[in-house]
Amino acid sequence: MKKPVIKSIPYEEFNNNDYLERMVKQLRENGTNVVLGCLDDVINWGRSNSLWPLTFATSCCGIEFMAVGAARYDFARFGFEVTRASPRQADFIMVAGTITDKMAPVLKRLYDQMADPKYVVAVGGCAISGGPFKKSYHVVNGVDKILPVDVYIPGCPPRPEAMLYGLMQLQRKVKLEKFFGGANKQMSYKEYEKLMEKDLTADKNELNVEQPDMSK
Amino acid sequence: MDLAEKIKTLVPGAEYVESGDGLWKIPSEKLHDFAKALKDELHFDFLRSLTGTDCGEEGFGVVYHVEATDSGRQIVFKSVTPGREKCELPTVSDIWKAAEMNEREVYDYFGVEFLNHPDMRRLYLRDDWEGYPLRKDYDMDKTREINPIRMNNEVASDDSPSYELDERGNFIRKRHVIFDNDEYVINIGPQHPATHGVLRFRVSLEGEIIKKLDVHCGYIHRGIEKMCESLTYPQTLALTDRLDYLGAQQNRHALCMCIEKGLGVEVSDRVKYIRTIMDELQRIDSHLLFFSCLCMDMGALTAFFYGFRDREKVLDIFEETCGGRLIMNYNTIGGVQADIHPNFVRRVKDFIKYMRPTLREYHEVFTGNVIAQTRLKGVGVLKREDAISFGTTGGTGRASGWACDVRKRHPYGVYDKVDFKEIVFGEGDCFARYMVRMKEIEESLNIIEQLIDNIPEGEYQLKMKPVIRIPEGTYYSAVEGSRGEFGVFIESKGDKYPYRLKFRSTGLPLVSCMDTICRGAKIADLIAIGGTLDYVVPDIDR
Repeated sequence: MKKPVIKSIPYEEFNNNDYLERMVKQLRENGTNVVLGCLDDVINWGRSNSLWPLTFATSCCGIEFMAVGAARYDFARFGFEVTRASPRQADFIMVAGTITDKMAPVLKRLYDQMADPKYVVAVGGCAISGGPFKKSYHVVNGVDKILPVDVYIPGCPPRPEAMLYGLMQLQRKVKLEKFFGGANKQMSYKEYEKLMEKDLTADKNELNVEQPDMSK
Repeated sequence: MDLAEKIKTLVPGAEYVESGDGLWKIPSEKLHDFAKALKDELHFDFLRSLTGTDCGEEGFGVVYHVEATDSGRQIVFKSVTPGREKCELPTVSDIWKAAEMNEREVYDYFGVEFLNHPDMRRLYLRDDWEGYPLRKDYDMDKTREINPIRMNNEVASDDSPSYELDERGNFIRKRHVIFDNDEYVINIGPQHPATHGVLRFRVSLEGEIIKKLDVHCGYIHRGIEKMCESLTYPQTLALTDRLDYLGAQQNRHALCMCIEKGLGVEVSDRVKYIRTIMDELQRIDSHLLFFSCLCMDMGALTAFFYGFRDREKVLDIFEETCGGRLIMNYNTIGGVQADIHPNFVRRVKDFIKYMRPTLREYHEVFTGNVIAQTRLKGVGVLKREDAISFGTTGGTGRASGWACDVRKRHPYGVYDKVDFKEIVFGEGDCFARYMVRMKEIEESLNIIEQLIDNIPEGEYQLKMKPVIRIPEGTYYSAVEGSRGEFGVFIESKGDKYPYRLKFRSTGLPLVSCMDTICRGAKIADLIAIGGTLDYVVPDIDR
C-alpha cells in the first residue's frame, strides 16, 4: 500500500484513511507501468505542494480563510502560496461561506471556468449542508448539490487549524492521483465526448443564456 | 409646540398606539405630505430605519423611524396600504434618500409598490423569483417547488419599472432607463477581490470616469429575518453574529438589549461593563481588519500582515472568555454566556500597552505614504447633508462631519460613564474615512482602559424564564456597531416567536450612497471608495 505522506503528521493520525486506500486499490486494479508511475509521483509531488486557491469568500468563513493566509497560520508553508483572483489560474476553490440561490449559478460558472484538474473544498456548515440557514428560502443546502466536493471542513466557522488540516487532506488526495491515463478525470471518456458534442451543436438558448422577457 | 399636537394639526386622522415604544398611525393618503412637513418644518432629516410588516387583513404596513439630527428628537410612525390586494404607498425616497434602497427591500419582501419611486426593482432576490417571501401567506413548505434553485444566468435589465397614478387615479407603469444602449457598461463582482464579499456593481464609464453606478445586492441574502419569525427569542440570537461577523458582539448586544427592553429587564452593572468592553474590543478587531483590507486593496500587502498579526491578539482574548474566535455567541438575554476568564483583565491590559506604539508604526508604514495620500485625499467626497439623507452612520458619517455616534446620541451600556471623544472629521473624503477609523482604535483603547480595572462584582447572568414572551408592541434598540448604527426592530404579538424582526443594516446605506459619491471619480478610485466605506456584505443582504 502506497501511503500519501505529509511529513509533519503521521499517517495514522489522519482521519478517513480508508477513503484513500480505496482510491489506491482502484488505481492498482487499472495498473500503470513503472516509468509512468514514477513520473506520476513526481508530478503529484509538485502539484500537491503548489495548490493555489481561488480568492472566493461569501461570508464569515472567508475572514477565517484570510486569517489562514495571514501571518500567524500562514498556509504558504504548505504551498498554498498565492490566492488567485482569477479562476483561470486557480487549482482549487475554497467555498467559504453560505451559497444562496442567487449565487449558485455564479459559483457554477466560476467552477466551470477553472482549468482541470480542479478541486473543491467545502468550508463550514453553510457550504456543507446549509448550516444554521438550512431552513431559509434562499440558501442552497450544501454546495455538493451543484459541485463535486473533494474535502469537507466542518465548523461555524472552522478554526484555522481545521482549515489547514482539511487542506492537507486535499494534498494527500492529490498525491495519490494518476495523472497519466485519465483516472483523475471526473467523468468517463464517453460522457466527455457527449458533452463536447452538445456544446458544439447547442444553439444560443441552450447555452444557459436566458432571453430577456420583452412583454413585461 | 408639543410634537404630539403638531402631528395632530398636520394629520387630523393620526392616532397614537401606546404598546411597546409607541408609534403614530398615519393614513396612507396623508403619508407623503406628513413626511414632507416633518422634514421641512420640524427638521427630521435622518431616516433611521424603514421596516415593512405584514398587518394581516388590513394590508401591509411600513414603519418609519425618523430622527432630527439637530435636536435629537425622534418619532416613529406607521402607514398601512389600502388593502392586501391594493398594496401601494407613496414613496418617501424624494424626502429621505435612505428610503430608496429600503423601499426596494420592502417591495422585495412584501410586494408593496411605492408610487413615484424611480426604481422599483427587486433588491435581493432575482427578478424571476415567484412571490414575496416575508408575507405571512408565503408557503414555506412549498418554497422549493415554487422557487427551485435556478441555475441559468441572471439577466440584469438596463431599465427599471416605476408605478405612478395619474390624476384620475389610474395606475401607470413606467420604465426608467438605467443604462442607455450606447453606454459603455462594465460589470464588477460578485466575484471580485476588491468588493469585500459578493457585491456586484455595474458601472457606466466614459474613458475611465464613472458616469453612473448600479448596485446589485442579494448574492448572500440568507433570509435571516424570515427565519427569525419561526425561532424563539433565545434561538434568534444565534443568527445575529453571522450578519456582520466583524461586529458580532455588537449585533448580539443590540438584539439582547431590544429583547430586554421588551421584557422590562435591567441587567446588572457587571454585565454592562463586560458588554461594553467586548464591544470596544470588537470595534478594534473590525477596524484592524479594515486597515488590513484597505491596504491590501491598494497594493500595500505588508500592512495586511501587520493588521492581521495584531488582530489575532484580540481574537485570543475573545477565545479565552467566549470560546469562539470570530463568532462568539457571547451575549445572552439578561447577561452573558460565561463570566470573564481570570486572565482577561491582564491580557486586555497587555494588549492596550502593545497596541498604542503599534498604531504609530501603522501610520509610518501606510498613512504617510505618498501613494496612499494621493489615492485617498479628495477622492469620493460625501457631503454632510448627503450623509444624513442616506443615513450613512458610523465612521463614514463622522468623516463627513456628522456627529452620529449612537454611543453619544443614545447612550447604552456604560458609555454614559466613560469619558471619550467622538471622532469627527469634515472633509468627507476617503482619507477622512480612513483616519476616523484609525483614531477610533485609540478612543476604543481609552474606553477600555477606563473600564477594565473597575468591573464591578455581581451576577453575570440573570435568571430568565425558559419561555420568553415579549408583551405586544413594537420595540427598537440600536447600538453603535463597527461600521454604524446597528438597530433591531421587534414587532411582538405577545407570542414566544417574534412577529417581525428587522435588523437595521449598517451597510445598506453605505452602498446606497455609492452612486452619488462615485460619479466623476476614476474607475480605480472605486476600490479606494469601497474600501474606506468598509461595508460587510452579509450585513447588507441579511
